[in-house]
Amino acid sequence: MIDHANAPGPDGAAKERIGVYVCHCGSNIAGTVDVAEVREWAEQRLAPDGVVVARDYKFMCSSLGQELIEKDIKEQGLTRVVVAACSPHLHEQTFRTACQRANLNPYLCELASIREQVSWVHSDKDAATAKSKAVLCGAVQRVAHNEPLEPLRVPIHPATLVVGGGIAGIQAALELADAGHPVYLVERQPSIGGHMAQFDKTFPTLDCSACILTPRMVSVGTHPHITLLTWSEVEKVDGYVGNFTATIRKKARFINTDLCTGCGICQEKCPKRVIDKEYEAGLGYRKAVYTPFPQAVPKYPVIDEPNCTYFIKGKCKACEKFCPTDAIDFNQEDELVTIEVGNIVLATGYDLFDARRVSQYGHGRLANVFTSLEFERMTNASGPTNGKIVLRDGRTTPTSVGIIHCVGSRDRNYNNYCSSICCMQSLKFAHLVKERAGATVYNFYIDMRTTQKDYDEFYQKVLEEGTLFIRGKVAEVTDAARQPGEEGKLIIQAEDTLAGKQRRIPVDMVILSAALEPRHDAKAVGKTFGISCSVNGFFIEKHPKLDPVATMTEGVFIAGCASGPKDIPATVSQGAAAAARVLGRISQGEIELEPVRATIEEAKCSGCRICNDLCPFNAITFIEERMVTEINPALCQGCGTCVAACPAGAISGSGFSNEQILSQIDGLLMLNVEHAAAPAGV
Amino acid sequence: MTDQHEGFDPVIIGFTCNWCSYRAADLAGMARIKYPPNVRLIRLMCSGRLDPTFALQALAGGADGVLITGCHPGECHYLEQNYKAMRRFQLLRRTLQQMGVEPERVRLVWASAAEGQQLADAIAEMVEEVRVLGPLSWRGQGNGGKLLRPEAEEAAEVGA
Amino acid sequence: MAEYLLYPGCSMDSSARAYQQSLEAIAGPLGMTLTEVDDWNCCGATEYLGISTTPAYALIARNLAIAAAHANGPRTLLAPCSACYLNLAKADHGMAEEPRLNANVNEALAAGNLHYEPGSVDIRHLLDVMVHEIGLDDVKAKVTRPLTGLRVAPYLGCMVPRPDYHKRWSDPEHPTELDRLLKALGAEVIDFPLKTHCCGGHMTQIGPDTAYELIRRLLQAADQFKADVIATLCPMCQLNLDAYQGATNKHFGADFEIPILFFTQLVGLAFGFEAKELGFGSEMVKANHALKRIGVEPPPPTEEEERTKRRRRPRKDSKSLPMPRLSGERGAIDD
Repeated sequence: MIDHANAPGPDGAAKERIGVYVCHCGSNIAGTVDVAEVREWAEQRLAPDGVVVARDYKFMCSSLGQELIEKDIKEQGLTRVVVAACSPHLHEQTFRTACQRANLNPYLCELASIREQVSWVHSDKDAATAKSKAVLCGAVQRVAHNEPLEPLRVPIHPATLVVGGGIAGIQAALELADAGHPVYLVERQPSIGGHMAQFDKTFPTLDCSACILTPRMVSVGTHPHITLLTWSEVEKVDGYVGNFTATIRKKARFINTDLCTGCGICQEKCPKRVIDKEYEAGLGYRKAVYTPFPQAVPKYPVIDEPNCTYFIKGKCKACEKFCPTDAIDFNQEDELVTIEVGNIVLATGYDLFDARRVSQYGHGRLANVFTSLEFERMTNASGPTNGKIVLRDGRTTPTSVGIIHCVGSRDRNYNNYCSSICCMQSLKFAHLVKERAGATVYNFYIDMRTTQKDYDEFYQKVLEEGTLFIRGKVAEVTDAARQPGEEGKLIIQAEDTLAGKQRRIPVDMVILSAALEPRHDAKAVGKTFGISCSVNGFFIEKHPKLDPVATMTEGVFIAGCASGPKDIPATVSQGAAAAARVLGRISQGEIELEPVRATIEEAKCSGCRICNDLCPFNAITFIEERMVTEINPALCQGCGTCVAACPAGAISGSGFSNEQILSQIDGLLMLNVEHAAAPAGV
Repeated sequence: MTDQHEGFDPVIIGFTCNWCSYRAADLAGMARIKYPPNVRLIRLMCSGRLDPTFALQALAGGADGVLITGCHPGECHYLEQNYKAMRRFQLLRRTLQQMGVEPERVRLVWASAAEGQQLADAIAEMVEEVRVLGPLSWRGQGNGGKLLRPEAEEAAEVGA
Repeated sequence: MAEYLLYPGCSMDSSARAYQQSLEAIAGPLGMTLTEVDDWNCCGATEYLGISTTPAYALIARNLAIAAAHANGPRTLLAPCSACYLNLAKADHGMAEEPRLNANVNEALAAGNLHYEPGSVDIRHLLDVMVHEIGLDDVKAKVTRPLTGLRVAPYLGCMVPRPDYHKRWSDPEHPTELDRLLKALGAEVIDFPLKTHCCGGHMTQIGPDTAYELIRRLLQAADQFKADVIATLCPMCQLNLDAYQGATNKHFGADFEIPILFFTQLVGLAFGFEAKELGFGSEMVKANHALKRIGVEPPPPTEEEERTKRRRRPRKDSKSLPMPRLSGERGAIDD
């Protein structure tokens, strides 16, 4: 199969002048592949295809190696360069930049991987050398069809969208806003604060959660550069890095925020009491018109439409009657707001595992079994019991409490992972119970995970306080008394693995440290923003170690428990890290996009529209007036699916065109070499 | 392609996607996992880029098998394009079968960037399977495999 | 009328006669036609499976093969006894999952010109059918004598809710089906925490001390929650809790007196049947108090009971051999 595109022209010389460089990579390649032979072969057998110079060198990526290329480009008038070395993921950029320095378009340089894909994976030297020739041949055939491409430069809009008003989102928003850039902070609850606003004390310092959180919340609420959109959700996101358009639904509060002073009379007068499932974790009540907690930011209440007597029956309107500023507006409608931003930070947090799924622990069935969030509300001074630790009757102080670790975590039946914070949280609970109720405390654990700063010291303190630790997974929490002394109690049955016996411990109250799970709608949210979720349901980061806040989608970042369970210090760090990345982009002002994308040759397009539905980035649109399809180069991500689908071959993919790939196939099969006359002696 | 060696060594062209399976192949390299040298890989940005013509071209050009790889369903860097690759693969296989090419010569393997060993295993397995099937020798039949080249010089305009 | 195949099992004719009688009585009102599997054999109970796999499964599968072969027969096989139910389900599941077992069992069955294709029969428990197929609305509609004021502890035992091969039950540890059925009958259902705990099974024969403790726990829990009766699904559980209640009392110096009834008997009572029609009177711990509570006339004592009351216990048969005991137990051979 003669490659006609690069076949000798009428003057006998090939159209392109290709330089071939075979790297030894020390002994990494040269130890298995006979690099000298490959070089010689390329020089002789690939000459008809345009190879005018072939060299081999110990380390092509070194500055000397690169200089070889640059020199040849200038002196030999090279028009294409092929480097047979390591993976393009490592040094494609290096060699492209070298070509650029010598004024050759960087996209006219191809890499052939003969290390990761040949010398490191094959032990037969002859086979490895033969394969290297084939791989090199493929690259040479392909590079002849490379086009000089220019990267797309797109401006970065300085505004940022932060989704989620918990501590991660708050941190990111404040850092960006303090740097002088506009931020939109969208939160689906009526107030920002997230789960941290529900806690009482935070480990290991035991400082009051609200005390450290509320100043930040206030900063967000009053910051001149932050537009706070609470009781809102992002419905749609279009665009690409630097230029996103987001549509946000501001749900109707039924309160006119221009008039509302946050006085709270409406809540006082509202006759409808409902169980507060969100903020109070089902342990307390609120009214149908409510602010979730006194320090809410913003201070405006919302009307819970499904539970409001007026919306159900058409009667009441007590709030309207008593509102001194006439701020109640039952006719208020949802508002759709469209914003333009350059980057997005997702900090959507976690949901607590539903402990009722573990039926043997009795949550939901036995009155005095509480989850961690329920217990946080109980210990919170502004909670339903004003901070007193009491049984379900609201009055009796427990004399003994059992705290069970790993409920729904480290469990193949529910979630296989460790939720990271529960051990510290359980120790915190133990300390609080001892301090406030003076009860006997038992912690049932599997392992003790107290890894971060001051955590193990906290554990030691709790040990000294006299909390009893039983190492063993709890089998059952039951109210069936079996022995005297168990009547009226909750009995925790567990195997004490250190003592080697079964234990039945009667307690008054049981606290379940439940797992941190991804939000129930994480997958749908991920889809809206174009990112994916892992097997466990959390958002996937670009690299778990080296890039934990970026995602595979340029311009979208993740922070906090949305990417996996973590404690507050780690969450705050990630919020700050995401903000730093965005600030870096904003300060550059524009971003370069790889010019790998598809274009349609209008003349060849028949308007069949087969490609129209193939693009997940909405880059393909049909133009009715001209009955042809068009591709938006800025939205196109360069996957090439439409290129493959077009029956007329009207779509070409720059960087991965049909000509390039078909030539590469021919080259890999060494068809051009077979047809060419073999020079004597080879 | 004549059998010059004792036993037959198949040539398989493999298509990998830049984000997952190519990285899996790199990972196999970094881990020094050994697999047979019979596969020659081409890097595409996405398995969705795979035009069935490429597979046909490879087979017609002398390859004995084609390996198509990509990200696992649900994990495609471009969100859902590997599903399109899946669809095309099914049709490709069926068409090849009707042309008399054994379906085992074309294989679809999903490999995430962490699955270097799995990819190496799949390659080894496929090489053996194709070895048992024997050479395809498509080129030996008909017009030297040029039938699929869209801009084949031979397709000259014929006067009315 | 819905048609069902019935695999009665050995206990229905003997220790669980009340189960048989009450089931027959309520089948009509529930719209169930029960066709007994032709020439059925013992399911092997619990021990055989631990001794020899293929013969044990073949023993069970013979029944499945006959059931499946019922020409134009219904596809649902009901087994009222828990062990029979579990054995049939286990055999069907095992043959479906393990090709070797399937081959071996079918080879054995072939000797009797039988063959069983796993999945040919749908093995269901009576309670499952009543709650999920017939439906509690239908059951409620047939109640003419609601069991108002009767506190019932629902006890399913361990073999019916686990393992749940086809996800039939709401929860393997705390299933609500029996609770809901009893509630539909108008009874006051207690939230019985030991509803799926072990009754001791055959330990009454092998290691009585263990069995008595397990029985005691159940009785004590029912007592703690002030149950009038325990409603059970399983002939073994009924036997253990009822027939061994006296022995348990003696062993622990307790004085439990809780009648143990089959749930079908309670359904029958709620449907308006008389106590005698539902096998009442055969239980060791008499249910007379409970019956009076819901205004039902207890059955008159049988002649034999009258005679037994009057004369001494007959002497033990001198030919019987001493029961085996595990070492460490009272009366063990190495005591």
